[in-house]
Amino acid sequence: MLTTRSLLVLALSLACSHRAVATEAVLDRGNGPEPTTLDVHLGAEVGSQNILMDLYEGLVTFAADGTIVPGMAERWEVAADGLTWTFYLRAELRWSNGEALTAAQFVASMQRALDPETAAPLASLFATIRQAPAVLHGTRPATDLGLRAPNARTVVIELTQPTALLERLVLPIAAPIHLSSLQRHGAQHTRPGNMISNGPYRLIEWTPQASLLLERNPRFHDAANVAIEHVRFHITEDANTEQKRYVAGDLDFTEVVQPGRLERLRARFGKQLRISPYLGSFYLGYNLRRAPFADQPALRRALSLAIDRDILTRYITGLGERPACTLIPPVMLGVAAPKPPDAAMTQPARNAEAQRLYAEAGYSATRPLDVELRYNTSTPHRRLALAVAAMWREQLGVHTHLVNEEWKVFVQNRRVGRITEVFRGGWIADVDDPLTFLEAFDGLGTTNWTGYQNSTFSRQLAQARVQTDPQRRLQAYAQAESLLMQAQPILPIYFYVSKHLVRDDVEGFIANPLDRHPSRWMRLRESAR
Amino acid sequence: MTRWLVRIGEALLTLWLLVTLCFVLMRAAPGGPFDVERDVTAEIRARLEARYHLDEPLPTQYLRYLGQLARGDLGPSFQYPDYSVNELIAGGLKVSVPLGIAALLLALVIGVPLGLIAGTRAGRWPDHVASGLGLIGLALPKFVLAPLLVLCFAVWLGVLPAGGWDATDLRYAILPVLALAAPNLAYVVRLTRASLIDVLASDYILAARARGIEGRDLLIHHALRPTMAPIIAWIAPATIALVTGSVVVEQVFGIPGIGRYFVQGALNRDYTLVMGVALTAGVAIIFVNLAVDALRTMIDPRLRPD
Repeated sequence: MLTTRSLLVLALSLACSHRAVATEAVLDRGNGPEPTTLDVHLGAEVGSQNILMDLYEGLVTFAADGTIVPGMAERWEVAADGLTWTFYLRAELRWSNGEALTAAQFVASMQRALDPETAAPLASLFATIRQAPAVLHGTRPATDLGLRAPNARTVVIELTQPTALLERLVLPIAAPIHLSSLQRHGAQHTRPGNMISNGPYRLIEWTPQASLLLERNPRFHDAANVAIEHVRFHITEDANTEQKRYVAGDLDFTEVVQPGRLERLRARFGKQLRISPYLGSFYLGYNLRRAPFADQPALRRALSLAIDRDILTRYITGLGERPACTLIPPVMLGVAAPKPPDAAMTQPARNAEAQRLYAEAGYSATRPLDVELRYNTSTPHRRLALAVAAMWREQLGVHTHLVNEEWKVFVQNRRVGRITEVFRGGWIADVDDPLTFLEAFDGLGTTNWTGYQNSTFSRQLAQARVQTDPQRRLQAYAQAESLLMQAQPILPIYFYVSKHLVRDDVEGFIANPLDRHPSRWMRLRESAR
Repeated sequence: MTRWLVRIGEALLTLWLLVTLCFVLMRAAPGGPFDVERDVTAEIRARLEARYHLDEPLPTQYLRYLGQLARGDLGPSFQYPDYSVNELIAGGLKVSVPLGIAALLLALVIGVPLGLIAGTRAGRWPDHVASGLGLIGLALPKFVLAPLLVLCFAVWLGVLPAGGWDATDLRYAILPVLALAAPNLAYVVRLTRASLIDVLASDYILAARARGIEGRDLLIHHALRPTMAPIIAWIAPATIALVTGSVVVEQVFGIPGIGRYFVQGALNRDYTLVMGVALTAGVAIIFVNLAVDALRTMIDPRLRPD
């Protein structure tokens, strides 16, 4: 008994010191899962990128509200044809070890990022840089890329067609990497002590599966305006645990919010609950390469119409997601966003139309459609799949077999497309460019899970890509999307939202569609601590 | 001496079988380490596979792995390329072993005396209290107990962190150790009680009583050693289970132990990591069993060879 009592006494006596920790100028961020890598060119998932954006800075960077502002480059010029971009670097740029950072190093870094030997997952985002396709395929050396450094402070990027380039250059893959430290340490160049970065923070500690500690980088060009001295990224793989740690005061903000009823969360957390539109789209995909959905656009549309998205977003996902009838989140297309005819219909009218189309496709109560709905094992996906199956059954009499598969099996089956019928899809944009949503349906790449192929769509997309006027380009993308949605290769369900719990004393956490929140813009209000 | 050499030979053979079986099973599982949501291009996939030698025939890969293993190298992790599997496992063990040992000691230090009290007063109130606590501890799974501890000590009382890990701060270890210890403690209480009751009913205790030995003397000098035999036998599996980490406890408290690698590694098809943790667990099982056998031979004269 002595041990238990002494443990309790110990715990209670430490109570004060635990509270004391919170008064230091440390921003404690929930990060979700462990970053797979801190190699700035390889980190592709959110859990890596959030940390990398504090450690590194590219030519341009994200402001607190998610807009793109000058980073290493103080200004830039675009030629009238939109193909040649000239970036002028700030004077006196330094790496975290004090070495000068030059335009030539930036060019060499980009060459490394696009070199197929590096195997950077996001390299293909830069396929419009001159010679990039050949470099990405390994048929030309990376030094042939259309990148130049005419002097120590100028970078010239040559494109083969107009591109939303800034939106790509803001990603970690376009940040410079300290090549001599990479050569010296190889994969271990990302360790504290080895890592030399150029961003607002530098890496001090990394305990895998626990946390990473960053410290303000005094050599950062804007270090004087970085308010928070230390940032700790906590690995919070489990949303439930993350929420408890937030409630207990261990975290300043969370990476996600556990699914739950919105009203209840609002009542509990009030203004601390931050929900806003996110550049992601959740849909179910049809496999167009085999029966029953090949050459059956009417059937595909019937299944889509029979789904009541308001019910799904209100009761199944429940965190303010917006019902979707299209692929691209409207916030991305702005005024060009199409108004799909289905969205204007009431649900009873949609149901009636669905029943008509279903019958037209040759199905009836006596000859119902038998379909497999495939998803990766997870409770939210299962709930959604059950609801969809129930709606199909109720409105059309469809017999749905739910098939859940372990993640790797699911991903492989979806890519190969040999046994799938209806499957869970979805896309989250890496880049604020509608093209990232549409590209997956152009040609038979590894992400074209539906097998959709249409020469008109491909031509429209190709024409859209070369539009120099950004507004015209958006309109052209919107037209391509309308064409895609007429064919119904997918069944859109909702647009994602980003969701966080943020303490009242954190300033500078501003909602934005890409959900980027660099620590350099944040402040901790001292009075509240 | 020969007996121990034979046992070590058996151990090596077991480990080789384990590695082979793991290798075959992992490669047989559908999906691979590079099947991800955002599929990479065919060129990148081919280069990744070449980098990790996945493009070679399976027998070549297997021999290459055995060769690496002979040099003590478990290879690079597929999921976390910045780290080698050796580093990930060492990092996990650095957390899981002390937590596991602390939980084991806590279970023994509290459980054995409670069990002895219950056993010597069988059927009376101290027995009912101790056995009742034991039953609750056994019935309450870790995934219920751990969040309850967090709720109580971190959220309501605010005296301990709700999760996370800091190797320099013991407060992060308290709740995980309690959660790990609780079911073991309960088991130790029940095991000690049952064993003591058995021993007390045996002939040699009757003989000792006939010679007028009673109370504390009887318990400590005559009953304690035989009572401990089943506890010592239990220590082996318990130690292994505790030091190889607990996925549930690590998940709830966000602790960087080794337990999560068993699950994560398999789900991510991180071939080298899975082989590494399986091998670590195999070595732990063999080593702890050897050690406990030696310990039992010391305690129980009947187990000694002539």
